[in-house]
Amino acid sequence: MNPMLNLWLIPLLPLAGAAINGFFGKRSSRKAVTTVALFFSGAAFAMALWVAMRFSSLSLPYQEYFAHWLRSGSFSVDFAFYLDQLSLVMLLVVTGVGFLIHVYSIGYMWGDPSYYRFFSYLNLFMFFMLTLVLAGNYLVMFIGWEGVGLASYLLIGFWFTKDSAASAGKKAFIVNRIGDFGFLIALFLLIRHFGSLNFNQVFQSVLPMSAETSGAGLLTVIGILLMVGACGKSAQIPLYIWLPDAMEGPTPVSALIHAATMVTAGVYMVSRSHVIFERAPIALTVVAIIGTLTAFFAATIGIAQTDIKKVLAYSTVSQLGYMFMACGVGAFSAGIFHLMTHAFFKGLLFLAAGSVIHAVGGEQDMRKMGGLRKKIPWTFWTMTAATLAISGIPGFSGFFSKDEILWRSYQASWVYWLVGVITAFITSFYMFRLWFMTFFGEYRGEADTEHGHGGHSASDAHGGHGHGGIHESPRVMVIPLVVLAVLSVVGGYVGVPGSLGGNNRFDKFLGPVFHGSAPAKEHSTALGEKGAPEQETEGPEPQKAVSTELMFTGISVVAAFLGLGLAWQLYYRRPELPDKVAASFSGVYEVVLHKYYVDEFYGALFVKPLINFSTRILWQGVDQKVIDAAVNDAGDGAKHVSDEVRHMQSGNIRSYAGWVAAGSAVVIAFMIWMWTGAR
Amino acid sequence: MVPSYVPLSYYLLLSGFLFGCGVIGFLIKRNIITIFMSIELMLNGVNLSFVAFAAHWHALAGQVFVFFVMVVAAAEAAVGLAIIIAVYRTRETLNVDQVNLLKL
Repeated sequence: MNPMLNLWLIPLLPLAGAAINGFFGKRSSRKAVTTVALFFSGAAFAMALWVAMRFSSLSLPYQEYFAHWLRSGSFSVDFAFYLDQLSLVMLLVVTGVGFLIHVYSIGYMWGDPSYYRFFSYLNLFMFFMLTLVLAGNYLVMFIGWEGVGLASYLLIGFWFTKDSAASAGKKAFIVNRIGDFGFLIALFLLIRHFGSLNFNQVFQSVLPMSAETSGAGLLTVIGILLMVGACGKSAQIPLYIWLPDAMEGPTPVSALIHAATMVTAGVYMVSRSHVIFERAPIALTVVAIIGTLTAFFAATIGIAQTDIKKVLAYSTVSQLGYMFMACGVGAFSAGIFHLMTHAFFKGLLFLAAGSVIHAVGGEQDMRKMGGLRKKIPWTFWTMTAATLAISGIPGFSGFFSKDEILWRSYQASWVYWLVGVITAFITSFYMFRLWFMTFFGEYRGEADTEHGHGGHSASDAHGGHGHGGIHESPRVMVIPLVVLAVLSVVGGYVGVPGSLGGNNRFDKFLGPVFHGSAPAKEHSTALGEKGAPEQETEGPEPQKAVSTELMFTGISVVAAFLGLGLAWQLYYRRPELPDKVAASFSGVYEVVLHKYYVDEFYGALFVKPLINFSTRILWQGVDQKVIDAAVNDAGDGAKHVSDEVRHMQSGNIRSYAGWVAAGSAVVIAFMIWMWTGAR
Repeated sequence: MVPSYVPLSYYLLLSGFLFGCGVIGFLIKRNIITIFMSIELMLNGVNLSFVAFAAHWHALAGQVFVFFVMVVAAAEAAVGLAIIIAVYRTRETLNVDQVNLLKL
């Protein structure tokens, strides 16, 4: 019997914070708003820690049931929560990183006139995200899923008076809706064929099924549809286009929602549904291919971006691609491991970028930065840690998680591995490009920074300061940076692989969730390498595999250092060189700079025809010619008729009486006629 | 059977004649008081038919109705005459065609 954990409190605490700040924040002081926001998000974090401490005494999965929701025949959905190792990891990441970003936001948003609104939204986001990760069935998960979409929309369009922010919010929402459509259909299929949406029941019914090796069946369809949903939320090809635009939101939002937590919801969902995916090799292959392609393409776009946040946005898309690649080759725990380390270092990168933007007065263009190393040392050092981590430099967290993914993907197919390593090289290159451009060389911005010349964030991030010059951020912003930097460095040590002398405790911790659920052995061998890695890690690895694994680790380290070296050569030693390179590859450079014209392509293929169709047919055709016309003609007709008939309403009492008399005469005549007729 | 000295149809004809007079008076007269009296004439025309039927069918209901009608007519006369006086005080006319403030 499990002790009562009262898991429902974890999401509800931030919701209470959101409600209090949303309703009363406008009239409260900034201090009060801060206290409420921090208290409730901190309480959620504290409670998550408390749950983690009692975790070993639970029999898993721990389930909590609160209330009926839907009842229809034998089908029912309840408000229920579900806690296992996977949700615990997500829970800790979301509340922990979320709390740190709340702290950071105090400094970053202090000058904003809508301070209270920001924290209300941020707490609301926490509520939905925690609902998502703790959900006990797909429908409760879907509430969280849609809810984080809403919070994301609200926060991207936080500065909604700016047109680009408002449309970026809309874009994010609409693109996400496309993905949600797939997710919903998958849910309907689950209801149709398994009669339930509860994780337990669905997975119990799926477990005895064998893998669909011969062709696409039900599970394949469900898997692919779930992946469509994940593509929307987690910004994968072909639905990744909203994430870079989402950078219009305040930087802490980019860090929390569009790097650390919300965008990883897709990875979480796919991992949660691993039982389905393991029986649908085609769907898994789709996941792996989408992940690999996204990782690679987004990384290449990242090379040419000049906006510091856009680089990080494409980097996020690319890293999410890695996670899906891991899921696609069946290495779900590796994907979640990377999700966790990524939450640390990418959250940190965004926060540090925010600190840089704050320091230079709202400038986001890296070409106007440079030489900031001495001026903002705390930001510099923490960002260095994050850059090293994401680039996969040995010893930092990203190294372990990325290496794990690459090794597992090699076991599935060398193609994934090769693209992955190339991507790792590109990642290292663009990250160090960012690092060198921002912190080294000469300062290229305006000599004496006039505050508020940049974007909206400038004036807002700086409202309370009012002093010029480049300066370090206040302590309340630096502390979260330092904490995340420590996590970015040491976060990887929970999952040191066996080949490097560790025992991959992270993988073992998640083991009960992911292992032992693969379809029966003969199927997994029949479907090739896909199911195999799961089995392999359970026993001690043979010596030969270890040396191979070490060799591959070496290759990815070399790739990372190559990227570093290239960036050093191009952006530190000979800063004039990149322009020449760009000029000599001007065709390619143009394409990459314009993000492969994907936005334009989608615009021409989907948006334009849709707008034309809506304008010509739906608006000018159906709406104006049918609906409006019907309403107007009905009105005009009524008017014409009453124009004639209103003469009866003379106001002359005798004419009324005359009508009454005439009417009764008619009635009497009619009755007499009836009476005689009836005889 | 109670001997009926006057056949029912006579009563009905008289009743219809009185009612018709009332209707015509109501329609063609302009003086409010005359119109008012025409209404009373119509009411009493109907009353006559009620009592005639009541006598003919030996049913009391018709006679009871007549009492109701008379009570209502009395109340109506009280309210109606009060309104007529009020109208006359404000408009100094009793011509219905000139009492047309509510007309467009």
